[in-house]
Amino acid sequence: MIRMLIPLAVFLALVGLLIAGLQTAENRKLVQSPLIGKPLPGFSLPGLHDPDTMTGRDDLIGEPFILNVWGSWCWACRAEHPFIERLGREAPIELIGFNWKDERSDALRWLEQFGDAWDRHLVDYEGKVAIDLGVYGAPETFLVDHEGVIRHKHIGPVDANVFQDLMRRAMALNSEAGS
Amino acid sequence: MIGIQGSGFGFRSRLRAILALLGVVWLAAGALASAIEPYPFESEVQRKRFQALAEELRCTVCQNQSLADSDAPLASDLRDEVFRMLSDGRSDMEIRSFMVERYGNYVLYRPPVVGHTLLLWGGPLVLLLVGLVAAVFVIRKRRKAL
Repeated sequence: MIRMLIPLAVFLALVGLLIAGLQTAENRKLVQSPLIGKPLPGFSLPGLHDPDTMTGRDDLIGEPFILNVWGSWCWACRAEHPFIERLGREAPIELIGFNWKDERSDALRWLEQFGDAWDRHLVDYEGKVAIDLGVYGAPETFLVDHEGVIRHKHIGPVDANVFQDLMRRAMALNSEAGS
Repeated sequence: MIGIQGSGFGFRSRLRAILALLGVVWLAAGALASAIEPYPFESEVQRKRFQALAEELRCTVCQNQSLADSDAPLASDLRDEVFRMLSDGRSDMEIRSFMVERYGNYVLYRPPVVGHTLLLWGGPLVLLLVGLVAAVFVIRKRRKAL
C-alpha cells in the first residue's frame, strides 16, 4: 500500500512546485535592486529645460525625493503618466524626472503633449548614470531619503495601488526628514 | 561503365557544391558575429575575455538572453561598459562584481553557491544519489527473487 503511495507523493510534490513556480512567475521577472539601503551613486547630469545647469548627487541631498525614470520612447511611461501627475501634485516631497536615453526635442514635445508634472528633470542621454542606478527598463521609480539613501524602488508603471503605496512611503520619508 | 563514371563525377561535383555552400554559410555567420561586436580589441585574449563575459552576463531587459545575444539598447550600453572596463585593465572578477552591485546576482548566469542557491547547485547531485539508492534496492530485490 505504502509502495503505491510513493509515486503519488512524488507527483503531488511536483504539482506543488509547479503551482509555487507559477505564482511567483510575475515576481521573478522583477530584478530586486541590490541598491536599496545604499547611498545614491555620485553623478552630474544636465537638466532637461535647462541643459546648461548641471545637478550632482550632493545638490539633491538634504530633502527626500522621488526619482522617476522615463523616456518619450517608453510606452508604459504614458500609461503611468496620470498617476505621476498625481504624485507631482499630491506627494509632500519633490518629484524628479530622470529622462533616460531620450532626444531632448522628443522629450520636450512629450511633456508638452502629456503635461509636465515633475518638479524638474535630469537628463541621462548616454545611460551611464542609469547603469549605476541599476535601471534596466523604464518606467522605474525610486524613493530617496533626506540622507541620500535609496529606500525603495518600483519597477514598471505606477498604477492606482502603487500610487497609494508610493504616497504612503513618501509621507513617511517626509516626516522622517522633519523629525 | 560510362554510367558509373558519370555518377562518380556527379557525386564529386555535388560534394564540391555542398562544401562551397557550407563555406559561404560559414563566412556569412562570421560576418554576422563580427557585425554585433565592432570593438577595437587590443588582443585576441581580450576579445575572448569580452566574449566570455558577455555570454555569462544576463541582459536584464530581455531576460532569457545574455548580453552577447541581445540587441536591446541597455545590453549595448552594458557591453560598452564591459569593454571600457576591459580596456582599463580591470579583472573579470571586478567586472562581474560591478554588474552584481548594480543588478544583483540575477545578472549572473552562473549564480554563486549561497544559501538559497544550494538547491540549484546541489539538486542534481541529490537526485543522482536518490536514483542510485533506488537502483541498488531494485537490483538487490531482483537478485533475491532469482
